[in-house]
Amino acid sequence: MMSGFPWFTQATFPEAIVAPLAVHLCAARLTYSGAALFDGLDLELAGGSFTGLLGPSGVGKSSLLRLLAGLTSPGISGELRGGDGQPLQGRVAYMAQQDLLLPWLNVLENVTLGSRLRGEKADAQRALHLLEQVGLADAASIRPDRLSGGMRQRAALARTLMEDRPVVLMDEPFSSLDALTRLRLQALSARLLAGRTVLLVTHDPLEALRMGDHILIMNGRPATLSALADLPGAPPRDPGDPAVQQAYRAILRLLEAV
Amino acid sequence: MTLRQAGRLLLTLAGLLLIWQGIVTLGELPPYLLPDPQAVMVRFWRDAGLLLSHAGVTALEIVLGMFCGTLLGCASALALSYSRRARRWLLPVLIASQAIPVFAIAPLLVLWLGYGLASKIAMATLIIYFPVTANFYDGLRHTPHGWLDLARVMAPAGRRWAVLRQIVIPAALPALGSGLRVAAAVAPIGAVLGEWVGSSAGLGYLMLHANSRMQIDLLFAALLTLAALAVGLYFSVDASLKRLLPWHSPNPENLDLD
Repeated sequence: MMSGFPWFTQATFPEAIVAPLAVHLCAARLTYSGAALFDGLDLELAGGSFTGLLGPSGVGKSSLLRLLAGLTSPGISGELRGGDGQPLQGRVAYMAQQDLLLPWLNVLENVTLGSRLRGEKADAQRALHLLEQVGLADAASIRPDRLSGGMRQRAALARTLMEDRPVVLMDEPFSSLDALTRLRLQALSARLLAGRTVLLVTHDPLEALRMGDHILIMNGRPATLSALADLPGAPPRDPGDPAVQQAYRAILRLLEAV
Repeated sequence: MTLRQAGRLLLTLAGLLLIWQGIVTLGELPPYLLPDPQAVMVRFWRDAGLLLSHAGVTALEIVLGMFCGTLLGCASALALSYSRRARRWLLPVLIASQAIPVFAIAPLLVLWLGYGLASKIAMATLIIYFPVTANFYDGLRHTPHGWLDLARVMAPAGRRWAVLRQIVIPAALPALGSGLRVAAAVAPIGAVLGEWVGSSAGLGYLMLHANSRMQIDLLFAALLTLAALAVGLYFSVDASLKRLLPWHSPNPENLDLD
């Protein structure tokens, strides 16, 4: 059944050492030049689950993700805590659409940036192991400007995993890649992020279907969140599966209905 | 410098010499207005020791002025970007330092600091202070948002100094580089101006001295030495910046339309 999709046939290899952590967001509110993009929005992420967040451009997906990441800006507010009732601060890793690699550091130094910012000693051994897992073992001492787009995003993935946080927030991390590279990176990420609470903002319904335990659709103004019911099977899902394609059509219908 | 670049430079110099010689020969100008290039060359040869010792003084003034101005400029830019109070108090001083012509305060500086090195260093410092500060400050203010977001998620809010050192300052170095290139081009103005107002050594002093004795060929020899010094300074600053910031490479096409 998986033959059309070879990268998912690799043995799963959970990298997670951290305990799963649920995320609760209550009464999230974003106003932009007087108008509310969303208001009174609630979001629950089950510990260790992978959630895909879909929605039309400009609906406020990225702002919601930034709120979860603690990147507050004027006009956005919400009550945010972890499943243990403690704040999420310091327990979140963030991966953006741009790789955000620092051009003056080599790949290994980029991967260990977090510990340097916190004034901790960087665990080079672990960083090298992660680079090996994303297939960049030979690129550790290379500067990012010498890497391809796919390699750069893999380095960013290694940097995200290096943070070893229970919650990982991803904002369209694969959207600037070509189709084949994107498929490979999705598979790699799904494998390496297993066990963490992941929220993936994406434009691509198939990406959400392939990787998500849950799919949320954000729509309307002010925007509301609705979960897609009856997802066929468990991820990773084969996009060739008729049940998956049916879900794909259902998502498109929901996205079009404003 | 490649062989081809050296060849182009020689060709340009030869062309300029030819034009100069043509004006002298065809214009039948009196030698006290425009000397024969050959006479200047003879001067170069005969007074090489004299020219070199004065060039050494001027070079020392320029280099020390560059050093002080860079140090002062960097410190000011950091203060400006990290303290509202500094912006309120220092910004008017910065603008005044550029608005008041150095020419106007040169006599005062010589009066205060004497005929020696100090007044020339102060002049060169003053003239490069603005371009260094303004460029570096601009660079410090324009750190890409994504990098700062990443840092905010990775490190607690109290790690501002680490973020400054690891991200904000390195990201501003190319802008500082632009400031230093301008500084290298204008620093000789400050030094020579100081020498004109009052000194007992340096190429500016030598030119005034030669002028008052109608030694027009010596004046031209000193002028050419100064030009060589200024060009040499610019290209060595440019080359060291390229070496120090290898990750910041300009577009290879350089917007050429030909």
